[in-house]
Amino acid sequence: MSDLLKGNAGEWEMVIGLEIHAQVISNAKLFSGAATAFGAEPNSQVSLVDAAMPGMLPVLNEESVRQAVRTGLALNSKINHHSVFARKNYFYPDLPQGYQISQYELPVVGEGEIEIDLPNGDIKVVEIERLHLEQDAGKSMHDQHPTKTHIDLNRSGVTLMEIVSKPDMRSAEEAVVYVTKVRSILRYIESCDGNMQEGSLRCDANVSVRRPGDELGTRCEIKNLNSLRFLRQAIDHEAVRQIEVIEDGGVITQETRLYDPDKGETRSMRSKEEAHDYRYFPDPDLLPLDLSEDFVAAMKASLPELPDVRKSRLVSEFGLSAYDASVLVAERETVDYFETVANGRDAKLAANWVISDLFGRLNKTGTPVSQSPVKAEALGELIDLISDQTISGRIAKDVFADMFENGKGAAAIVEDKGLRQVTDAGAIRAQVQAVIDANPDKVADYRGGNQKLVGWFMGQVMQASQGKANPAMVNQLLKETILG
Amino acid sequence: MKLTELTIAAARDGLAAGDFTGVELTGAHVVAMEASRPLNAFVTETAEKARDMAVASDARRASGNVGAMEGVPIAIKDLFCTEGVKAAACSHILDGFTPPYESTVTKNLWCAGAVMLGKTNMDEFAMGSSNMSSYDGPVTNPWHADGDDAKRVPGGSSGGSAAAVAAFAAMGATGTDTGGSIRQPGAFTGVVGMKPTYGRCSRWGVIAFASSLDQAGPLTRTVRDASIMLGAMAGHDPKDSTSVDRPVPDFEASLTGDIRGLRVGVPKEYVVDGMPGEIEALWHQGVEWLKDAGAHIVDISLPHTKYALPTYYIIAPAEASSNLARYDGVRYGLRVDGESLQEMYENTRSEGFGAEVKRRLLIGTYVLSAGYYDAYYLKAQKVRSRIAQDFHNSWETVDAVLTPTAPSAAFAQGEKMDDPIAMYLNDVFTVPASLAGLPAISVPSGLSSDGLPLGLQIIGRPFDEETMFRVAGVIEQAAAFTARPQFITREA
Repeated sequence: MSDLLKGNAGEWEMVIGLEIHAQVISNAKLFSGAATAFGAEPNSQVSLVDAAMPGMLPVLNEESVRQAVRTGLALNSKINHHSVFARKNYFYPDLPQGYQISQYELPVVGEGEIEIDLPNGDIKVVEIERLHLEQDAGKSMHDQHPTKTHIDLNRSGVTLMEIVSKPDMRSAEEAVVYVTKVRSILRYIESCDGNMQEGSLRCDANVSVRRPGDELGTRCEIKNLNSLRFLRQAIDHEAVRQIEVIEDGGVITQETRLYDPDKGETRSMRSKEEAHDYRYFPDPDLLPLDLSEDFVAAMKASLPELPDVRKSRLVSEFGLSAYDASVLVAERETVDYFETVANGRDAKLAANWVISDLFGRLNKTGTPVSQSPVKAEALGELIDLISDQTISGRIAKDVFADMFENGKGAAAIVEDKGLRQVTDAGAIRAQVQAVIDANPDKVADYRGGNQKLVGWFMGQVMQASQGKANPAMVNQLLKETILG
Repeated sequence: MKLTELTIAAARDGLAAGDFTGVELTGAHVVAMEASRPLNAFVTETAEKARDMAVASDARRASGNVGAMEGVPIAIKDLFCTEGVKAAACSHILDGFTPPYESTVTKNLWCAGAVMLGKTNMDEFAMGSSNMSSYDGPVTNPWHADGDDAKRVPGGSSGGSAAAVAAFAAMGATGTDTGGSIRQPGAFTGVVGMKPTYGRCSRWGVIAFASSLDQAGPLTRTVRDASIMLGAMAGHDPKDSTSVDRPVPDFEASLTGDIRGLRVGVPKEYVVDGMPGEIEALWHQGVEWLKDAGAHIVDISLPHTKYALPTYYIIAPAEASSNLARYDGVRYGLRVDGESLQEMYENTRSEGFGAEVKRRLLIGTYVLSAGYYDAYYLKAQKVRSRIAQDFHNSWETVDAVLTPTAPSAAFAQGEKMDDPIAMYLNDVFTVPASLAGLPAISVPSGLSSDGLPLGLQIIGRPFDEETMFRVAGVIEQAAAFTARPQFITREA
C-alpha cells in the first residue's frame, strides 16, 4: 500500500478517527433563545440561561433537533427515536454551568457510513460512529488585560453537532478528503455553514500507528484543528512523532495534544492521568428526546439531492467523467451553477468552461461561485456563441476574460469588438494565399514532407485574420492550397 | 380577632366585605414580622415593598379586579429568585446576589394579588431538616416543649417559612420540598405543609438543589388556605421542560368533607425503630378519624420503602453536585481570589459553602465518579423506579395513603448535629413520595406528650391533589388542632 510510512525499521500504518464539531445553523442556541451571529460584541448574545444564573432552566430548541436528524439522514446513519441529554461535568471559566449539556450513552444519531473519493479514483467507505447534540462553551480572552482573563459567553450554549467517525482513515489525505466530504454534505443540507475560519467547523483527530496487520496502537487525540491544512500537518507530524518514539524503544501514552502550526509539532495538553472524570449523568432538567416516525420522515423529505446522488446523475445524465462530476458536486452552489449552464447545451463543453475557465479565475481571486461576476446564464450565452460558430473557442477565451473583468454580456462584447468569426471562404482563401505567397521556402519544406509546418501556417493565417477566421476552414483551405 | 390570626380564606371574605383594607392587613403583618425577629424566620424584610403592593392591591380591588390571593401578605423562601430582592438560598456563596428576574411561582402569586412581606430563612441550598445549616443562622421554632425552654428547630429546609406562618407573621409562605422540606417543618411547627405532584409548579427561577425532586408548595395554617395558595402557584410553564401541561383544577372545590367510600391505604412499612409510641398512636387515631368519616381503610405494603432514604441520599446529592457547580466565583456572588484559577475555585467554594452542603457535594461527586456510577447512581435510579412502582401498584386498591409526617417532634437546636444519619432519618416518611413525584401534605393533628405539634401525612395519586386535599380536610376537621405556639401565647 502506498500510504504506509517508512520508519527506520520497517513500515508503519497510520490509523485515524475524527470528531467533527459542526455548529448548527439556527437563530437560537441549543437551550436558550439567544442569538448566534458570528462576530457580535462580546457578551451581547447571552441569555440568563447561557450565563447559568441561579434557577435558570434549559429548553430544547426544536430547530437544533431538526438539523441533527437531517444531518444524520444525510450521513446515511441510523436515527435513534429515543435519545437522552446528559451533563458532562467539569470546571472552566468559559463553562458557566459547570457542565456541558451533551449526549452520552444515547445520542440522537447512531451508526452509518459515507463514501469518499480518493485522489487515485478509488472510493472508500468511512463508517460513522455517532452524531450527538451538545452545547458549545464560551471563549476565554487572554489578550484584554495584562494579568486577567476575560470571558465572552456569546458562543456559550450554541448548538454543536459532534460527528464521530470510526478509526477508518489511513492517511492525512484520507482524513482531509473525509472532512471535505462531510463539510460538503452539511453545506448541501444547510445544517452547518462549514466555515472553518470562523470556527463553525472544527476537528479533533485521534491518531495512532501500528505495523500493518497489527492490533490498534495507543492513540493520541489532537484537539481543535480549525483548517484542513492544519489537520493534514498535525496528523503527519503526530504519526512521525509516534513512530520515532516507538522505534526508539518508547511507548505511546494516551493523551490529549495540541498542534502548534508555527513550530510544526504537536505537544501534550494533558495526560490520561490528568484527564477529567466528566461524571456524565442524564440531565434531570430535560426530558428524553422522543422522535416520531412522522417527524423523521418529514426530515427525510426535506433533504435536497445529496452530493453522491447528484454525482451519479451528472455522469449518467450529462455524460461527464467521474472526476469532473466529483469536482462539480463538491459545493451545492457550484453544481447548481453548472446545471444552469449545461441546461440545453453541450454538457461536456459546459463542464470544461466551468471547471477550467470559471474556477481558474474564481480561485485566483478567492471569489465564491455565488459572487462570480459571470452568472450562469451569461456563461451559457457565451457557449451558445461557440456552438453556433459565431465565435471560435479561442476568441471565446478573450470574450470570457472581458466578461469576467467588466461584467458585460458575451454577445455585446463580440459585436462591440467585431469578433464575429469569419466564415466567408473567399476571404479566408485570400488570406491563405497571401501567407503561401510570402513564404515559398516554407511551402517547399512542407511539400518535402515536413507535415508539422501546417500548424505554423495556421498560426500565420489566424494572426492575419486577428483570430476571427474559422479555424476548421483555415485548416481545410490550407491543405487544399498547398497540396493543390 | 386580630388581622394576623385570620386564615387566607377569612381574609379574602373580610377584604371582599370591606371589613378592612389590604393595606391594613399587610400593615398588621409587617408589625408581626418585625415582632417575630427573635425567631430569625426572615432573612430579608421587604416592608416597604409590601406596603406598595398592598396599596396596588387595594386599587385593583377598587376597580373590580380581584385575584385569588388578592391582598394576602405572604413570605417567600429565600430559594426563590425575586426581582430586585436579594435571593441567596441562605448561602454565603451567593453573597449580595439580587436577581434581575422573578421566579414563575412568585410571579404567579403576585399576578394573583399576593403581597410579599420578605424572604425567609432556610437550610443552605435547601439541604437540611433543621434549618441549622443556614448561613444566616438557625431559626427558632415558635413552639417549645412543656417545662423545657430549650430552643427547638422548626425543621427544614423551609424552616423560616414554617416558623413565620406558625408565628402568625405571614398568612402563608412558599416552601420547596425535595425530600420533605415543606412537610417536615410543617409538622414541626403545627402548620399545613403541602408538596404538589412533581411538574405541577414551575421550577424556573427557583435555585436548584436536586432537579428531579424539587417542587414548590405552600405552607399555611389551614388545608383550605393551602388549596387556595397552590391554585395560585401552579400551572404549566414553557420555560421549565419538566413542568406538566395540564389544567390547574379548583383545588378549594375539592374540600367537600365527604370521603365516604374512599379507600385510604396504611402502609405497614412506615413503622420505624425508635419511633415514639405517641406518633404511632396518632397515626392510629388518624385511621379512626377517617373510618368515622366513612372511608375504607386498606392495609397496604410498599415493600421498597426501606431503600428510599439511601436512594434519596444518592440521587439528591448527585444532582446537587452538578447543579451547584455554577457557583464558581466567576460571574456572581462570592469570589475569594487566589494565585491561580484553581486556587480561586478552591478558595471561593471552601469559604462559600457550609459543612452540610460540602458533605453532599462530596457524596454527589463520588457517586457519579467513574467506577462508582453503576454501583451507586444507576442502582439508585433503579430502586427509585421500584419505589414509584410500589405506589403505582397500590393505586389499584387505594385512593390515598395515610402515614405520619416525621418520626419525631421538633428536636432541640444543636441535637443530631454531629450525626448526619440521625438527621437524615427525619425524612424517612417524606422521601418516598418525593422519589415517586407524588403530591403529599402534612396536617397538624395533635401534640406530643410534652406539648409539641405532630403531623399526619396524606399522599395522593399523581396530579390528584384534589383527593389528597379532601382527605386532609377531614383529618384537619377531626383533629381540631387549635393549640398555639408559646411564642404567640406568651406575647399575648
